[in-house]
Formats: sequence, structure tokens, C-alpha cells
Amino acid sequence: MAEVKSISIKDIWKFLEEVIDPEIPVLNVVEMGIVREVLLNEDKLIVRITPTYSGCPAMNVIEDEIRKKLKEKGIDHLSVVTDYKETWTTDWMTDHAKTKLKDYGIAPPEKSIDNADFLTNLKGSQKIVPCPFCDSMDTNLQSEFGSTACKSQYYCDSCKQPFEHFKCI
Amino acid sequence: MSTFDTIPQTKKEIFTEILLRLADDRLILGHRLSEWAGHGPELEEDLALANIALDMIGHSSALYEYAAKLDNKPDEDHYAYFRDDIDFKNIALVELPKGDFAFTIARQFLFSSFSYFLYKDLTDTIDDEEFNGMLQKHFKEIKYHLRHSREWVLRLGDGTEESRRRIQHAFDELWMYTGEMFEMDKTFELATENRFYTDVLKWQIDWKEFINTTLEEATLIVPDYDQYMFTGARAGRHTEYLGFLLSQMQFLRRSYPDAEWK
Repeated sequence: MAEVKSISIKDIWKFLEEVIDPEIPVLNVVEMGIVREVLLNEDKLIVRITPTYSGCPAMNVIEDEIRKKLKEKGIDHLSVVTDYKETWTTDWMTDHAKTKLKDYGIAPPEKSIDNADFLTNLKGSQKIVPCPFCDSMDTNLQSEFGSTACKSQYYCDSCKQPFEHFKCI
Repeated sequence: MSTFDTIPQTKKEIFTEILLRLADDRLILGHRLSEWAGHGPELEEDLALANIALDMIGHSSALYEYAAKLDNKPDEDHYAYFRDDIDFKNIALVELPKGDFAFTIARQFLFSSFSYFLYKDLTDTIDDEEFNGMLQKHFKEIKYHLRHSREWVLRLGDGTEESRRRIQHAFDELWMYTGEMFEMDKTFELATENRFYTDVLKWQIDWKEFINTTLEEATLIVPDYDQYMFTGARAGRHTEYLGFLLSQMQFLRRSYPDAEWK
């Protein structure tokens, strides 16, 4: 298809940056690390994505939004493929995205530590998450689960503000 | 096709069977957890249980989807909605009614700790790239499920007289359903030979050790591992509770097979 060939892969990535995560409307799907690969197979465009959290009901919406956006840009011959070849991690989120999260009032994920010694660390102290509003370290975990699959709830003892933390996985 | 004692023959059949066993455990428990939505003892727990339910149903969905590809079935819904109770391969532990909060927490703790050891081992064992990728993803989530239920076991056990009584009672009731987690039947043996599963008996002692330590820390009495254990659910001989669960879960899809979310 002629139209597809005149649009470069770089353009596609640009288009995808316009697709916003429905549950965190300050981030797009590229910043989130959801889009893993964009490639052209003969005349068909393939967008490979990987899910964030298994329980995330936004994944289907994200798939539809990607399809809708690219159709809007005149690309009809495409497929959005979900696979598990790579395991999504919050480490794929760009620093810029983390800053945007913080400005939005969600404490961004810290670097993930792959602790092989998970069971012994179960008893260890909770990690400290700074408050996104006042940067105080005087915060505590209220619940590991929040309004969406990706967030946990904290409370800041300094500015007395509850806030959400993007779970680090 | 009923599954009473049917042993899968080809590699593909064995692989599909493993995917379905793992998926059925997670779908049924996910459904049971979803029954807490709007009924949790406090808002945070309502959200927590609903979140974990979503994760578990998400895990089953991915596994079913893969099974459907291998098994030439239309999609994951085929397995979730269009099979009868004797075709479900889940263990009985996950189908028992949700009980009170202590019962739910005790069951989550037993199941999540088993899943933790299982997935840790499977992610080192499975050769299939897609399957292994899935397990690695789910493993990350199992870790915070386990942290959640463990903390509640400690809090309830070492809490008030009433909370302690309830969680102790829950463990006592659930105990005879833990045996099925460690049953290595012919299918699991074949699957282990083909690196689709693993010999769970090799870390059963580590699991027991973890359970013992946690229960003791929670001032609870560890029930007897050598007591009578329920068996047969994996082969389709379920408790009477599964049928009721399915009738609720499958009703809409079976009554309106072509219905779609719009």
C-alpha cells in the first residue's frame, strides 16, 4: 500500500506518542514502555505491545486506541500484537515520564531490585517513598493496592496528604 | 469431553493440559475473590481483593489464550464459559465458598505461597519462550499477593481473641485441601519429563517451612500435614460448590453467546 510506504517507522512512533494511557492521562503508551516494536511486514504494519499488569483492564482499550489512532493517520493495514517475550518493568519508563507522573501527584516507581531473597526480605522494613507533593520522606504505606492495578496507597505524615505510588515491578 | 482420568498423549496435549490446570486454579480463585467486591471489611481491603482478583483472572486469561492457540479453540472464553464442572481441572481449595475474611486470607496465603515456589521453579525450568515470559510476568505479581496475605495472617493471628479464633479455624478447615497442590499425577509426571511442569515435591519441605514459620510468628497452631487430604478435583471430581460458582459465572455468556461489550 502506497500510503504506508510513504510514512516512515519514525513517523509511526510519533503517532503512537499521541496515544494516551487511559488510566494515567499524563503518559503516552511509548513513555510507558508498552510499545516494544514497530515493523513493516511487506505492506502490513505490525505494532508489538506487552501488557503492564496482568489485571490491567486498560490493555484492551490501549490496543483499540492504537488501532484507532493509526487508522486516523491513514494506516488501514495493521495488526496490534500482544506478546510476553519481554517482561514489562517500570524501569522502562523514561525519566521524563517519571517527572510527569510526580507533577501529576503520583509518586513514580523507583528502580526495581530483583531480590532473589524475596522470602527473607518479606520481614524487612518497607521501602521509603517520598511524597510527590512536599518531598518529605515521612510517609507510610496504607495499602499495596489502589484505584488501579498499577498503584499502591501512601500517606504523607508531613503534609497530611494521601497519595498514590506507581508500584515498582 | 469429560476429563475423568484422561491422560494426555501427545506433547501438545500435555502442554495444553498444564496451561489449563494452571489457568483453572486462577480463574476460579479469581472469581471467588471477586465476590468480595463491595463487601470487603474496609475500603482498602475491598480494593486489594478486587485488584488481586483482576490479576488472577488476567493470569488465567493469558494461559487460556495460549492453550486455545495450541488446542485450536476459538479463544479463552471457550474454556472459561463453555465447559462444565467435570471439565474444570482446578484443585478443590480454590472453589470453596469465600467464607469470612479470615478464611479468604488463609486460602490466599496457602495458594500464593504455593504459587510463589511453583513459579520460581517453573521460570527456571520452562523452555517455551512465550509460556516462560508469561510466568515471569505473573511471578512478579504473585510476590505482592503473597506479601499482602502474609501480613494479614500475622495481624489476624496475633490480633484479638476473635480474629485469632477465626483465622485458626480457617486454617484448620482448609488444611485437608492443601494436599492436592502437591499431588504429582501421571499428567504432571509426563509434563515434568517434557519440561512443561516441575516436580513440586522437591521444594514441598521449603513450602512447609515457610508456612510453619509464618503461622508460628502469628501465634497460630500448625495443623497436621499427615491428616486426611481431599483428592480428585483435578480429574473432575469436584466439591458441590463448583457447579454453583459456574452457574453464576457462565450464565450471561451462555444465555447470550454473541453478546459484546459496546
